[in-house]
Amino acid sequence: MDFMQIIFLLCAALILGAALMVVTTRNMIHAALWLIATLFGVAVLYVLLNAGFLAVVQVVIYIGAIAILFIFAVMLTRREMRDQGPQLNKGWWMAGLISLLSFSGLFMLFTNWSGFRRTMVEIPAGLDTLKELGLALVSPNAFVVPFEVASVLLLAALIGAVYVSFRGK
Amino acid sequence: MTIEMLIWLIPLPPLLAFFLIILFTNKNKALSHWVAVGAAALSWLGSMIVFMRALKVEHLSQHPFHSSINWLPTADTWFKIGILIDPVGAATLFFVAWTIFMIFVYSVGYQNFGQPEGDHDIKGLPPHGATVIDPNGHKHKVPSVEPMYSRFFAFLGLFACGMYTLVVSDNLLTMFIGWEIMGLCSYLLIGFWYGKESARNAAIKAFMTTRIGDVFMLLGIAFLYTATGTLSFRTIFSEEVLKALATTPAFFGLSTAGAIGLLLFIGTVGKSAQWPLHVWLPDAMEGPTPVSAMIHAATMVSAGVYAVIRMFPLITADFSGHGLTPTMSIIAFIGAFTALFAATIAVAQNDIKRVLAYSTISQLGYMIAALGIGAYVAGAFHLVTHAFFKALLFLGSGSVIHGMEHGVLHTGDHNIDPQDMFNMGGLRRKMPITFWTFLIGGFALSGFPILTAGFWSKDEILADAFGHGHLVVFIVLALAALLTAFYTMRQISLTFLGEPRSKAAEHAQETPWTMTVPLIILAVFAISYGWVGIPEHFPIIGGLIPNWFHEFVGSTLAEIPEGVGFNIVPLITSLCVALGGLFLGWLVYHNVKTGAIDPFKKPLGPIHTLLKKKYYFDEIYDFLFVKPAYWIAETLVSKWMDNGVIDGILHGIAWAGSHLGTLLRNYIDAPVVNGFGDLVGEGTKKIGASIRPIQSGRIQNYMLTSLVVLIVVGGLLYYLLVLA
Amino acid sequence: MVPLSWYLTLSAALFSIGLFGVLARRNAVAILLGIELMLNAVNINLVAFWRYGDPAMITGQVFAIIVFAVAAAEVAVGLALIISVYRNRNTVIANDIDMLKW
Repeated sequence: MDFMQIIFLLCAALILGAALMVVTTRNMIHAALWLIATLFGVAVLYVLLNAGFLAVVQVVIYIGAIAILFIFAVMLTRREMRDQGPQLNKGWWMAGLISLLSFSGLFMLFTNWSGFRRTMVEIPAGLDTLKELGLALVSPNAFVVPFEVASVLLLAALIGAVYVSFRGK
Repeated sequence: MTIEMLIWLIPLPPLLAFFLIILFTNKNKALSHWVAVGAAALSWLGSMIVFMRALKVEHLSQHPFHSSINWLPTADTWFKIGILIDPVGAATLFFVAWTIFMIFVYSVGYQNFGQPEGDHDIKGLPPHGATVIDPNGHKHKVPSVEPMYSRFFAFLGLFACGMYTLVVSDNLLTMFIGWEIMGLCSYLLIGFWYGKESARNAAIKAFMTTRIGDVFMLLGIAFLYTATGTLSFRTIFSEEVLKALATTPAFFGLSTAGAIGLLLFIGTVGKSAQWPLHVWLPDAMEGPTPVSAMIHAATMVSAGVYAVIRMFPLITADFSGHGLTPTMSIIAFIGAFTALFAATIAVAQNDIKRVLAYSTISQLGYMIAALGIGAYVAGAFHLVTHAFFKALLFLGSGSVIHGMEHGVLHTGDHNIDPQDMFNMGGLRRKMPITFWTFLIGGFALSGFPILTAGFWSKDEILADAFGHGHLVVFIVLALAALLTAFYTMRQISLTFLGEPRSKAAEHAQETPWTMTVPLIILAVFAISYGWVGIPEHFPIIGGLIPNWFHEFVGSTLAEIPEGVGFNIVPLITSLCVALGGLFLGWLVYHNVKTGAIDPFKKPLGPIHTLLKKKYYFDEIYDFLFVKPAYWIAETLVSKWMDNGVIDGILHGIAWAGSHLGTLLRNYIDAPVVNGFGDLVGEGTKKIGASIRPIQSGRIQNYMLTSLVVLIVVGGLLYYLLVLA
Repeated sequence: MVPLSWYLTLSAALFSIGLFGVLARRNAVAILLGIELMLNAVNINLVAFWRYGDPAMITGQVFAIIVFAVAAAEVAVGLALIISVYRNRNTVIANDIDMLKW
């Protein structure tokens, strides 16, 4: 077992453990916090995968914005700190079964794919992924249009969110 | 019109009278009796003409008045019916016509024509009397007219038609038809007062008992027809047929002739009330007295003896003049036994009509015994004389009863039975005509010597019995004659002699002319008819008047039977028994006082009770036959078979049907057929209702459902496409 | 060396956990948390495939970045919706929000 594998395993344990806590904990604030832990783990994973930019973006956007947004939403939809009672609905065993089935289905699909046991290739020398990413995002024969459209989407989301929750005076 | 045509027409007027009265003149009493009496007069006239003509014909037996028509087609021949008047038929026609005519006239008076209608008379019950108010204001009860007056004459007419048919017919079939018509009329007339239960029962008893005889008679007729192919008298009594029948053996060792004769004789046993089928005749006295006279004295019971006389050649076909054939022995035995048997019972009876009924049975036994021993002429002679004096006696008793009823109405004492002789007495002063005619009739019955017809006919039977060596029959008949004279004098003494024993008897009255004139006419015959049959060898007076009857009637047979030679023994015997019996009867009974019991009761003791109860034959028959018959009808057939089995089957079928229906309804129709229809509707609703919750509005459910479907379909496709 | 299969297994597991959270949680916000987990699993998958495929083809990372944007937008709108529903119905329990039916 080499060093990378150990790191990976630790990371995986963090991610999966925190994810489990997210979906089972009763207290919503705790769930949000466990989500933050999961996201951290994912960020570390990105670093392992040589996608540093993504790791940073993950922390900044996901944890910094989305998780905070979750905490805000939890706070705004709580009634007198009421977090008692079961947090799982009645059909949770079915949900568990489905998720198990989906996991096994996915796993089976993966195992049938020939490239399942591929090992990591070396990054070619002189390849600066960050620079390439930046160039891809803005060059017209790359992905500028999806980039711009994504921003329009964000705008729409912004307006939509404001409109939906507008309390009107 | 030829004499044969006239003979065909003789039975017709009374039949027409029957229909006319029933259909048209029912409401009008006078018109009804004129129609009926007129019809009887017409038939009487016709019969007299025929008789007169028959007397004139030489050797009537060889050339009888005869005519027949083809009636029933049978294969390649015809069954013929027709009329036949030979000597014995002519003699029978004579007395039948007279007695029927006299009885019709008598009935007008007997049914109280001209009297007012009763106070509370009901149809079906005897009339009870009417109250009239005389000019002084006193209320009197007088006899009232019979409410069913016209019906009576209608039935009498039908009866007369039946008797005439029987007498004039030339074949067994129409004779049997006449026989049965009389049986029916006997039932109708005995049960004339149908409101009385005793009358109803008596009518049924008469019909049933004679029916038993009739069944055997019908068997005999059938047997005869099978053996000979014909029922015509002239054909049957021809030499060849008789010889063939006499020599062919039948059952029980009898020849065919003997067997047929025996079967036909059983019919006579029923109709003429011989032992053992005698039980119906005494009960038949429930009918009005003219009925008793007509049916049970003069005509119907005589018909039975007439049948034996007619079939005599057949019965005696294998008789050679010496030992009696088995059939004849049976006939002689039954006749003699019945004569003595009935005479003993008559001694202990108190009802005036009952005595006469048993007397009839006894006298018929005489005739049958005579025929049984082969004394053809004697039997026929006694038949004719008996018809006259018995009709006279019955009509006389009717007159007595009428007189007594008058007395009962006058005194108002309804507890007195007007028919009980022990309530009568001294009526000779109150009802003289009735008394003298009744006396003549009674003496004739007893065989009072020389003067009365009964003597000549009875003496001839006794002489025949003695002369041909049938000593047992002779002794039995002589004993019966003694008892006959005894009970006859008993009856006369109790009724007419002595002093009245009750208030009703004191107030009795003579009856009107419509009733007394027939009595007188019949009395004349009862005296004089005997003189046409005086035997030739009788001491002193024999030979003065030729024995017309013997020659005339005897000629009917193929060979005229020889008269039996004169013998002093039977003459002395008959004189002794007749005079002795009369004297004894007068001695014992002429002084019976009011309220006294029968003087014979104490000496005879229990035997008297036995006689009074008719040897308990009614009770025995009731136990042996009537009760089982009722049991079979009511319990076996009606309750078990009809209600139980047949109704049970029907109920079972109905039950099965209804249960099957219910079953089909409940298990097939409702659940399956209806259920299917309902299933479609309800099923759709239920399926809808069960599927509807899928659209719960809850997003997580939607997601779950879609994922499940995805997995299932995905797995299926994976399995089918990738693995297969 | 970490083979690709580990990354793929991890992403599959994370995805399933997120799926469980979506399907089984009562609170609507928790459902959105589950969705976030699923999106993260997808992202892991994408980046792993980029790295173990052809790292010179930057399309993988671009895809992941677009997914980020979409996730953010979706969370924003979703939470806004939840808050709006909360204001109307006074509940955030997903089972009680059953208006998506006839």
